[in-house]
Amino acid sequence: MSGAPAIELVGINKSFGPVRANHDIQMSVAPGTIHGIIGENGAGKSTLMSILYGFYQADSGEIRINGKTVKISDSQAAINLGIGMVHQHFMLIHNFSVLENIILGAEGGAILNRGVAAARKELERLEKEYSLEVDPDAIIEDLPVGLQQRIEILKALYRQADILILDEPTGVLTPAEADHLFRILRQLKDQGKTIILITHKLREIMAITDTVSVMRQGTMVATRKTSETNVEELAELMVGRSVLLHVDKKEATPGEVKLSVKNLTVKDSRGVTMLDNVSFDVRAGEIVGIAGVSGNGQTELLEAISGIRRARSGEVILDGKPISVTGGANPALLRERGLAHVPEDRHHTGLVLPFEERENAILGYHGRDEYSSGMFLDLDAIRADAEKKIEQYDIRPANSKLKTANFSGGNQQKIVLAREMERDPIVLLVGQPTRGVDVGAIEFIHRRIIEMRDAGKAILLVSVELDEIRSLSDRILVMFAGRIVGERGANATEGELGLLMAGVEDGAKDGARKKEPA
Amino acid sequence: MEFLISLQTLDSTVRLSTPLLLAALAGLYSERSGVFDIGLEGKMLGAAFAAGAAAAVWHSAWAGLAAGIGVSVLLALVHGFASITAKGNQIVSGVAINFVAAGLTALLGQSWFSQGGRTPQLKMEERFGEITLPGSQMLADIPLLGPVYSELISGHSLLAYVAFLAVPFTWWVLFRTRFGLRLRAVGENPAAVDTAGISVVWARYRAVIVCGILCGIAGTYLSIGVSAGFVKDMTAGKGFIALAALIFAKWKPINVMLACLLFGYLEAVGIRMQGRELPLIGEVPVQFIQALPYILTVILLAGFIGKAIPPKAGGVAYVKER
Repeated sequence: MSGAPAIELVGINKSFGPVRANHDIQMSVAPGTIHGIIGENGAGKSTLMSILYGFYQADSGEIRINGKTVKISDSQAAINLGIGMVHQHFMLIHNFSVLENIILGAEGGAILNRGVAAARKELERLEKEYSLEVDPDAIIEDLPVGLQQRIEILKALYRQADILILDEPTGVLTPAEADHLFRILRQLKDQGKTIILITHKLREIMAITDTVSVMRQGTMVATRKTSETNVEELAELMVGRSVLLHVDKKEATPGEVKLSVKNLTVKDSRGVTMLDNVSFDVRAGEIVGIAGVSGNGQTELLEAISGIRRARSGEVILDGKPISVTGGANPALLRERGLAHVPEDRHHTGLVLPFEERENAILGYHGRDEYSSGMFLDLDAIRADAEKKIEQYDIRPANSKLKTANFSGGNQQKIVLAREMERDPIVLLVGQPTRGVDVGAIEFIHRRIIEMRDAGKAILLVSVELDEIRSLSDRILVMFAGRIVGERGANATEGELGLLMAGVEDGAKDGARKKEPA
Repeated sequence: MEFLISLQTLDSTVRLSTPLLLAALAGLYSERSGVFDIGLEGKMLGAAFAAGAAAAVWHSAWAGLAAGIGVSVLLALVHGFASITAKGNQIVSGVAINFVAAGLTALLGQSWFSQGGRTPQLKMEERFGEITLPGSQMLADIPLLGPVYSELISGHSLLAYVAFLAVPFTWWVLFRTRFGLRLRAVGENPAAVDTAGISVVWARYRAVIVCGILCGIAGTYLSIGVSAGFVKDMTAGKGFIALAALIFAKWKPINVMLACLLFGYLEAVGIRMQGRELPLIGEVPVQFIQALPYILTVILLAGFIGKAIPPKAGGVAYVKER
C-alpha cells in the first residue's frame, strides 16, 4: 500500500434546485478499511455516494481514487475505477435470472453464449472464495431479499470492485441476516477491499466500522475513529443537539377491549396465505406493537382490518360490533364507526400527491357535513380546518394550497396523522409512522401517539423499526410468515425480539442459532 | 363449411397476417424496451405511401423498400425523441404520429400524383411480387404435402418470408444477444441498467429504430407487396390489430406469430363468409368477424386467458431520482 487514501473527496458541492444536498464535503478513506457514513434521512449521504458512483455529477469539487484525481462522469467510469455499489433499492431486473443480472453491462461479447459460460465459472469461483452461495439460474423475484442483496454484492465483485459502497444495506434484513452480512463485509475487508457503509443505525456503525463520518444537513460535521467515540456522541453530532433516544411515557392504563381480531386469515390473489389464523385484542388506552421484518403479513393485517383487503376467514370486532372483514367491509363506513388508519405507505395509500395540502387533509372525510353544503364542497370550512391542523401539527411550509408532493416526508406524514388523529377515533391503526421521517419529526410523532393513548384510544402500531416498537408499545406481538409467533412486554430485549422475527419460535431459543462465532 | 380449412383460406391467412406480424414484431422491440408504441399504424401508413411513391418514381421495388423504411424510421425517431429525450407522454406522441401520417399521405399523394391520393399503378417488376419457390411445380402432384408446399408455402412476396424468418431471429436477438438482454432490462428496470454503466437512452433509441425498420417493411409489403400501389388509408387499422396481437401474445415472439396467424385467419374467414349462410346461425355480419381480434384481446386483458404482464417500465420515461 502506497499510503495514499483509497478514496479522497475534496470540496464536493451538489445542489438540487434551491436544496443544497452536499456542501463542501471533505472525506478520506484508507484502503482496506470499513468506513461508516452516518446521518439522518436527507442528510445527503446517498447523494454523496451517488456522486462517487457517477449517478450524479458534483457541481464542484474533486474526487481522488488511490491518490489520482479522476472524473466520474457515469456509472461505467466508476465501475472502471473499481467502484461497486449496492443500492438501497436493489438494482436488479426482477424477472431475469441471477446470472443475467450479474452479467448485465459486462456481457463479454455481443452474443451471450460464450460470455455466459465464462460468467458461470467466474461466479462459481467468487461464491467459493467469499462463501456467497446462490443458484445462478434462479429468478430474482423468487428469492428472499437477503439473497437479492448477496447478488448485488456479487455483481460488484464480478466487476472486480476494490471499493464497495453499501447504501443502508440492513434496512430489509432480519438481525440474523444483518449479522451474516457483517461477516461477509469483514471477510471482504480482510481480502483488502475498501468498504463504505451508509446507515442511520448507530449500532451498526459501532459494530463493524473502523472509522466513521457524520453528516448533517448536507455537510460533513465530523470524522472519528470508531474505537474512540460512542453512541451518544455520534447521535448528538447527527442531530446537532442531544436527543432523547427514549420516549417518556406513563404506565398504560388499559380499559375495555376496543378492537378484537379472531382467527383472521388472508390469502393473496395467487392463493398464498399471507395472514394465518391471527388473533389478538387491543384495549382502550394501550399501544399494541406489531414487530417483524416487512413482508411477514403486517401489511395484510392492517388492510384487512381497515376494510381495504378481503379476508378469507375470521372476524374482527370494533367497539363491540363486528366488521364484515370477509366481504362487504367498507373503509368509509369503518371511518364513520371510529376506525382511523394511518397507512404504511403514505405515497401509495395515504395521500394523493398532486393534490393540495388542504384537499389531502380531508380526504376520506370529505363527505361530512362540516365540509360540504349540499352537493358542493365548502371551501372556506376546508381551508380553515387545514390551517388549524397545520398550526397544531407544525406542518411546514404552512401553506394549505401547496401541492402535497412538495412537502418533505416528515411533513407529509404529519398531514396524514393530523387527518386521522383529529377525528377522535376509537381505534387507531398506525403503519410505519416514521418511515422516511427526520429525527425532529419522529420525536413529535411519537409524542402524539402517546398522547392519543393517554386519551384512551386503542392503538395498533405496525413498524419495522424495532427501536420504535420497543419505545412506544405497551405490549409487543411479533409476526413471522403471517403468524404471530410470540408476545412480549414493553421491556423485551432486542435480541429476543430479533430471534422471534427470524422465525425462531419460543422454546427453540439461543443455542440453535448461535453456533458460529462472530 | 370446408372453406374454413381450405388451402385458399390458409393461403390468404398467410397473406393477411404478414403485415400484422411485421408490425407486431416492431411493437415488440419498442415495448420490450419500455417505449409504448400506439403509432404502429401511422408508421406503416407512412411507409406504405413512401414505398409506393418511390417505386413509381424510380421504377424499383428496392427504392420503394428503402423509402418505406426511411420514412418509418424517421417517424420512429420522432416518437423516440418525444418519449425518450423529451420524456413526453408516449400515447399522445403515438396518436399524433397516426394523425400526421393519415393526413400527410393523402395530401402529398394528391399533390404529387393527382390520382385521388393514390400512387401510380406499379408494374410487376416494380413490386415485391409473388415468388415461386424452387420445385413447387414438380412437387405439386404429391398428395397433401405437394399442394401445401406449392400453394401455401410457395408463392408469397419476398417480404412475407422476411416476416416469418424475423420471428425466430427476434427470439434469438432478445434472449441470446447482449443487445436483447439490455433491451429487455431497460424495459423492466432502467435504473438498474443505468447503474450497470449502460446508457438507457441509447438502448431505447436502438429499440425504437428497429421498430421503425420493421414497420417500414410492413408498410412496404402493403403497398408494393400485395398491392400495386398506395391507396389512401390502406392500413385500415392493421397497426392496432398488430398491437392487440402483441398484447394477446404477452410480448413473446413465438406467441406473436401465433396471434398474428389467428387474427389473419379470422380476417380471411371474414372475407370468405361474406354473403354466406351458416347452418343454424345464419349470416354472420362481417363486422363481427372484424371485431373479433379486439374482443379476444379485451377478454385476455380482463384476465380470462392467463395474465398479460407488460414490461414493468413500459410507458414511463426514465428520469433519475429526485
